[in-house]
Amino acid sequence: MNVMWKKMKKTTKSNMITFGMVILAYAVIQAMVMTGNISSLFKGLLVPVCTYVILAISLNLVVGILGELSLGHAGFMCVGAFASAFFSKCMQGVIASDGLRFFLALLIGAAAAGIFGILIGIPVLRLKGDYLAIVTLAFGEIIKNVINVMFIGKDANGFHFSTKDVISLNMEPDGVVLVNGPQGITGTPKDSTFTIGVILILITLIIIINLVNSRSGRAIMAIRDNRIAAESIGINITKYKLMAFSISAAMAGCAGVLYAHNLSSLTATPKNFGYNMSIMILVFVVLGGIGNIRGSIIAAVILTLLPELLRGLSDYRMLIYAIVLIVMMLFNWAPKAIEWREKYLGRLKHRKKTTKEA
Amino acid sequence: MKKMKKFLSLALAAAMTAGVFAGCGEEKTTGSDNSAQSSSSDSGSSEGTLKIGCMGPLTGDNAAYGEAVNNGAQLAVEEINAEGGINGMQVEFKCEDDEADAEKAVNAYNSLKDWGMQMVMGAVTSGACTAVSAETANDHMFQITPSGTSMDCVAPYDNVFRLCFSDPAQGTKSAEYIASKGLATKIAVIYDSSDTYSSGIYQSFAAEAKNQGLEIVAAEAFTADNKTDFSVQLQKAKDSGAELVFLPIYYQQASAILQQADKMGFAPQWFGCDGMDGILGVDGFDTSLAEGLMLLTPFATDASDEKTQNFNKAYEEEFGIEPIQFAADAYDAIYAIKLAAEDAGLTADMDPSEMCDKMMESMLNINLDGLTGVDGITWDASGEPNKAPKGVKIENGAYVSMD
Amino acid sequence: MSFISYFINGVSLGSVYAIIALGYTMVYGIAKMLNFAHGDVIMIGAYVVLTCVSTAGLHPALAVLIGIVACTVFGIVIERVAYRPLRNAASPLAVLITAIGVSYLLQNIALLIFGSNTKSFPEIIKLPSLSLAGGKLTITGTTILTIVACLVIMAGLMAFINKTKAGQAMLAVSEDKGAAQLMGINVNGTIALTFAIGSALAALAGVLLCSTYPSLTPYTGSMPGIKAFVAAVFGGIGSIPGALIGGILLGVIEILGKAYISSQLADAIVFAVLIVVLLVKPTGILGKNIQEKV
Repeated sequence: MNVMWKKMKKTTKSNMITFGMVILAYAVIQAMVMTGNISSLFKGLLVPVCTYVILAISLNLVVGILGELSLGHAGFMCVGAFASAFFSKCMQGVIASDGLRFFLALLIGAAAAGIFGILIGIPVLRLKGDYLAIVTLAFGEIIKNVINVMFIGKDANGFHFSTKDVISLNMEPDGVVLVNGPQGITGTPKDSTFTIGVILILITLIIIINLVNSRSGRAIMAIRDNRIAAESIGINITKYKLMAFSISAAMAGCAGVLYAHNLSSLTATPKNFGYNMSIMILVFVVLGGIGNIRGSIIAAVILTLLPELLRGLSDYRMLIYAIVLIVMMLFNWAPKAIEWREKYLGRLKHRKKTTKEA
Repeated sequence: MKKMKKFLSLALAAAMTAGVFAGCGEEKTTGSDNSAQSSSSDSGSSEGTLKIGCMGPLTGDNAAYGEAVNNGAQLAVEEINAEGGINGMQVEFKCEDDEADAEKAVNAYNSLKDWGMQMVMGAVTSGACTAVSAETANDHMFQITPSGTSMDCVAPYDNVFRLCFSDPAQGTKSAEYIASKGLATKIAVIYDSSDTYSSGIYQSFAAEAKNQGLEIVAAEAFTADNKTDFSVQLQKAKDSGAELVFLPIYYQQASAILQQADKMGFAPQWFGCDGMDGILGVDGFDTSLAEGLMLLTPFATDASDEKTQNFNKAYEEEFGIEPIQFAADAYDAIYAIKLAAEDAGLTADMDPSEMCDKMMESMLNINLDGLTGVDGITWDASGEPNKAPKGVKIENGAYVSMD
Repeated sequence: MSFISYFINGVSLGSVYAIIALGYTMVYGIAKMLNFAHGDVIMIGAYVVLTCVSTAGLHPALAVLIGIVACTVFGIVIERVAYRPLRNAASPLAVLITAIGVSYLLQNIALLIFGSNTKSFPEIIKLPSLSLAGGKLTITGTTILTIVACLVIMAGLMAFINKTKAGQAMLAVSEDKGAAQLMGINVNGTIALTFAIGSALAALAGVLLCSTYPSLTPYTGSMPGIKAFVAAVFGGIGSIPGALIGGILLGVIEILGKAYISSQLADAIVFAVLIVVLLVKPTGILGKNIQEKV
């Protein structure tokens, strides 16, 4: 065993650690749930944490591996959430098995978000840097805005659609409003579970890790490191950029499905699907280390739990949260802080290394 | 170096995870500064406590509403505790922040469950309330929302009650009122299309207006991202020749609308709903602009009855600001819980589910003489309150009844 | 007639965006960072002025002056504490995230100090309205002042940058930090000065914003902040006349879109126009087209 571990490539080792971490966390938490040793707050947070972890991983694909700044990630999450919630709402009672329905909802959410990723990616990826960032932000806001004016109802005559209000749907009296504009979709079946969330995290991890270590992944990273050089050796820039962008969007769509099926009310507000959320996901990625998948998982977990842990501070909660965020950023990124850490903590590491070698 | 960083973050993560558990264990014993514990430990009748939890926006754009609910409820709880509590039980109340977001509201609900909450007085906003209602229904915990107006908060669940009017009730009653008083026939509406409360009222208003023979000449929306500039909506309302502008929105935006309309020289009859209440209390607002404004509201800060006066006085003394609708709703909701709990004979040793069963029966028996219901408030099994709204008009900076 | 009225309102709204965008664009040009907390500095400025006028009863002009000083100090402190340590960080995104942290911090400080209730901003600009075409068209004094202020500020900034030594230093730093340092320019000082000017402008923008749309909450600054950021990109980020053009265009499109297309989709329309403009001209209207070197 030990020999095998030593023989493994460094990246494989790192990946194994990431997988091991997720599975171990899952096992420990499941054991706690079984034995009832878990607070309601923590239990309720399990699915949201999975959602944000998936979002962080998927955005890391765009920001860390493709090297483009996207500020519209919540938009893809929003598409996935609404497409799948709409499907589940229609199919409630039609598809008998909850498991099958949720599986199909997941596929639909991912596909819808992926298609949006391609549609948006084609024009957007021609831009660079901050301009690309602002256009993704714009698309995210447009998606949220358009969903807020959608009214969809269903009666004996089929589906009705309007962008004005429920009255203009002209439905029979027996009609049901499925999507009610700003009031969104209510009564989505609560299908998301922690187990499904963890399985989705593992699937996203497998996809990302395989992609990074594949030919396509190397092409994507070559584009990030030097676009012109990559182009000159015949890499199709648009194709690979689009590939990374749409895969990332589809994963965000999956996270949206998880989100939508965890709450009974789904509305597109500035809070949950606006640019604020996109930025929040970006914070996970940057705090965890750009391109570092394991780091973004940990950052997503910490920053999702932090505001909940700070509840005891009541009025000062969000204030402290902001300060902690700034301090963590300075600690992780400031050249001076890194120098300091190397000086004082480096010794520790050095000692560890020598003992290991001995 | 990189390893060090990872180690640090892992350690941090571990510390925090440990904190989740430690945190909940701690809170159970100490409570938090938000809870209005009985300061007057007068009689020795400490037959346990009744823990009521609330989730509302204490930060973020809607913080004013959450704060008002928190304050109003605390006032009621203090009064009740000073008089010996409910069936001898002292009441503990705690409000957790949900930022008006559905997911955060469920987190707040779970955190309150760890605190030992036995019933819910919340959530404050509609979207959050709908999400919480599904949770309480699942746990079978009694819930009364002071201000969640959307149908989806209450209608699908039998353990959830509502203190305020529902959206359809407000829209329909407003249209009826305008038609029956002959206030206008040409009506313009300015509403917040991104807000469940506002768009809900608008839709039912528009439906009823048709039946009443009122003509809606302009229906202009704004959104949460775009709620400072109303020049276009006002211009359109002005051009449409509307005699009355219906504003099913909250007082903050309404105050901005009145100011901008004044600058434009547009002065129709303004008509609002319960969200309009509070407009006279906006800091620095020139109340002469609201002169002649009509609104349908179950509670009026300027009502002259003794009960409202006392409430206003106590509220201002304690919190330094004038109460708004939300505070009165919360105050009444706590008293509704008190009446029903006394009727049901709740004791501290019951579990939340048992309490819920008893409360659901007793809610139908009570008649609350509250701030927000002039002739008493009763409930039926649907969870909706039966109370009559008052039509009031602002004259000389004060509410005057129109009936 | 209503078209002209919409148009003027658009220009007025756009002027406010433009003043905010000037702050964004200057900071971006020099520090190469998006200062997401800029919108919240506006809010702080408005609260300071409000407190001076309503609570302390000071003369509006004095209050505005205090607001400007307070924001300037804030800007310098934020730069020193939160941004400067990250200037040479491995990724430019680090400072962007810190700016977001600062934005949360400012909002929550305001929430704790001033409370969550909406405050109505006092009418400190007392200018008569202009009535045209027999009363069919009214232009408020605030609108006129906003537009004029915007033009004056822009002209002043252009003059400052092109005519003064400090302004030239700013240009040099924005071109090449290393070379500027070698030429004996105090880079840290210049960047601090930029933040000071940007924040002072934010205080002015706050007063103008709240005079036109007189409701103030701790979150008043965030949406105009984002819109101004969009405006800055629209015009070509880093360019001062670009910020003016971008801001005014954005305001006009927003108001006309609301008036003639859909009031619910106003923001979507603004963003859609932005996307089209950037696809045609990828660095904004007045942005410099940087040639990539191999």
